[in-house]
Amino acid sequence: MTPVKVPVRAAGGVLSELASKHDGHDLGWLAEARLNALEWVGKNGFPSRKDEDWKYTALDGILAVPFVAAAAGPGPRVTLDLINKAAIDLGGPRLVFVNGHFSPEFSRVTGLPSGVVVTTLAAVLAASPDRLKPFLGHTPGEHHAFAAFNDVFAEDGAFIHLTNDTVVDEPIQLVFFSDTEGVPLMTSPRSVIIADSGSRATIVETYAGLPEDVYLTNVVTEVVLAENARIDHYKVQNEPVTAFHLALLDVRQARGSRFNSRSVMLGSSVARHEIRVLLEGVEAEVSLDGIYLPQGEQVHDNTIFVDHVATNCTSHQLYKGVLDDRGHGVFNGQIMVRHGADGSDANQKNKNLLLNDRAQVDTRPRLEIYTDDVKCTHGAAVGQMDDEALLYLRTRGLPLESARGLLVYAFVQEMVDRIELEPLRASLAALVSTRFGSGTHRAQP
Amino acid sequence: MLKIKELHASIDSKEILRGVNLDLKPGEVHAIMGPNGSGKSTLASVLIGRDGYDVSGSVTYEGQDLLALSPEERAAAGVFLAFQHPVEIPGVGNMYFMRTALNSLRRQRGQEELDAVDFLDLAQERMKLVEMDQTFMSRSVNEGFSGGEKKRNEILQMAILEPKLAILDETDSGLDIDALRVVASGVNALRSEGRTMLVITHHQRLLDYIVPDFVHVMAAGQIVHSGDKDLALELEANGYAGLTPRDERSAQVGASV
Repeated sequence: MTPVKVPVRAAGGVLSELASKHDGHDLGWLAEARLNALEWVGKNGFPSRKDEDWKYTALDGILAVPFVAAAAGPGPRVTLDLINKAAIDLGGPRLVFVNGHFSPEFSRVTGLPSGVVVTTLAAVLAASPDRLKPFLGHTPGEHHAFAAFNDVFAEDGAFIHLTNDTVVDEPIQLVFFSDTEGVPLMTSPRSVIIADSGSRATIVETYAGLPEDVYLTNVVTEVVLAENARIDHYKVQNEPVTAFHLALLDVRQARGSRFNSRSVMLGSSVARHEIRVLLEGVEAEVSLDGIYLPQGEQVHDNTIFVDHVATNCTSHQLYKGVLDDRGHGVFNGQIMVRHGADGSDANQKNKNLLLNDRAQVDTRPRLEIYTDDVKCTHGAAVGQMDDEALLYLRTRGLPLESARGLLVYAFVQEMVDRIELEPLRASLAALVSTRFGSGTHRAQP
Repeated sequence: MLKIKELHASIDSKEILRGVNLDLKPGEVHAIMGPNGSGKSTLASVLIGRDGYDVSGSVTYEGQDLLALSPEERAAAGVFLAFQHPVEIPGVGNMYFMRTALNSLRRQRGQEELDAVDFLDLAQERMKLVEMDQTFMSRSVNEGFSGGEKKRNEILQMAILEPKLAILDETDSGLDIDALRVVASGVNALRSEGRTMLVITHHQRLLDYIVPDFVHVMAAGQIVHSGDKDLALELEANGYAGLTPRDERSAQVGASV
């Protein structure tokens, strides 16, 4: 890494503003952590292609924009209607953030069972900031410069705490909507999800914005699962193609816990979704699935690190990409099985469909195993449209475009079918099939 | 209904069809027999519009230039091929596929589309023809189907799409005798005055079940011999080796078609 100038204006000013916001509480640790993180970025710089985990995704486009940290306040053009179009309303609790800041007028936190707190990071920072010390007060630069940048600028996001054995049936929806109107804003949502033992919930994160807006969403979501907790996490990234999206989903799992992640990448100019999972309790299970569908000049990067530390943990990954136009996909998945993590069961699969000669995919499934008693598999495939299948469909009367759409949809359908939340599945099925101009295709009539 | 004149086709500068002439009238069943590599399947491929061939000559189908149409336009015009190797399409349900196909054809023909309920009725009726049950319909197209199931699925599509010209490419290959009987009876049930069939086969056996009006023998990219159904039996007895190229027997060929 080479030291670079921090490309966000008035960074120091924002910091002092943040510090002054929380008078009355001892925020010494927070101010210090933020400064340390900022210094770390200044010293270590942003990652470049020389870094293994950033090898395939050019960040020049992001680093060239003079972003301004987004302040609180409603977006001038946002309406509930726009939000509902961007993120299907699944009923139940729904927190809406505009430019990274909580927007109470579009949000709804009702009907929750006792034993669950659904609030905002800003509210916790104001009321009991020390609860966030384990998250915001960590060692600077633990991951990379963008995560550190989130440490510096994070002011708001969701804070969800499920106490022991609490089960929330309705999905908890988090909608991050951007409306930056000509100003290249950087939003830094930070969400914290704490699932105490035996608790269970479904979280749906959606990221969207307005066409032609240039902005950077630099988001960090942290999930901590205690014994036997279960979180189903969905993420829909549908930012406009002029925006940038960098995300870190950081998951820690205790004994017997289960975490499922389903990710759908549609939007952004450059999007990178990094998932880090620490399996630190025995018999923890994690399942990570994703589809990425870059077209035009889009870059979609999925970087995954699953760390098997405890014994008898299970991890599954299945990522499928459909690359069109000059779209570029990256699958950079690593499974680490540490010394002593006996009985680990890990697999990783990545499949790609290239729709034309200019599309590109870099796939890099990796296994690093330091113990003997494990069951690990990984594999990657890159293929093109099956001409024989295309001809077959056309001889049955399907026009070329419909036939192509049907085959592409068939390729990703397996992933859509893994979405257990029915209305979300239907909505994503429609989004995906619209993208390939093929109407809705279901295997079952 | 289908007139093939001096049809030549080559792929990678290798000439496979070397002047095929055929004339099929409505309701007739023609069989084309011939050894491996004689060009039978290439003829089917050219007729349905597979890419990659350099084609010359003419194919007139119901007065239109068939070679100028895309595969889907040919389908809409009523041309159907039962594939020798039906393609597996994971993720696309068989029922959904057939309904989409039928509705695509109906749309191109300016007819009203069938909804799921009406289609189900139609499919269930036609499934009886090839002794298929509902479980086939909820599986992905041809995925994991046995050889016989794939061929029955082809004939089911033919029964649902109701083509005017059905080309059956080696529909008997890989079938045991029971499966052959089922497939053949499905085909026979679909014979009608308005439907022409071109049955391509390597073996005479199929023609015991699907009895053709005419039999043509193809060798080295040409029709070298034509006759009635008895020609197939003759071939069975004497083999293809006894046949000579067309230029030496052209008078007989011309007379028998």
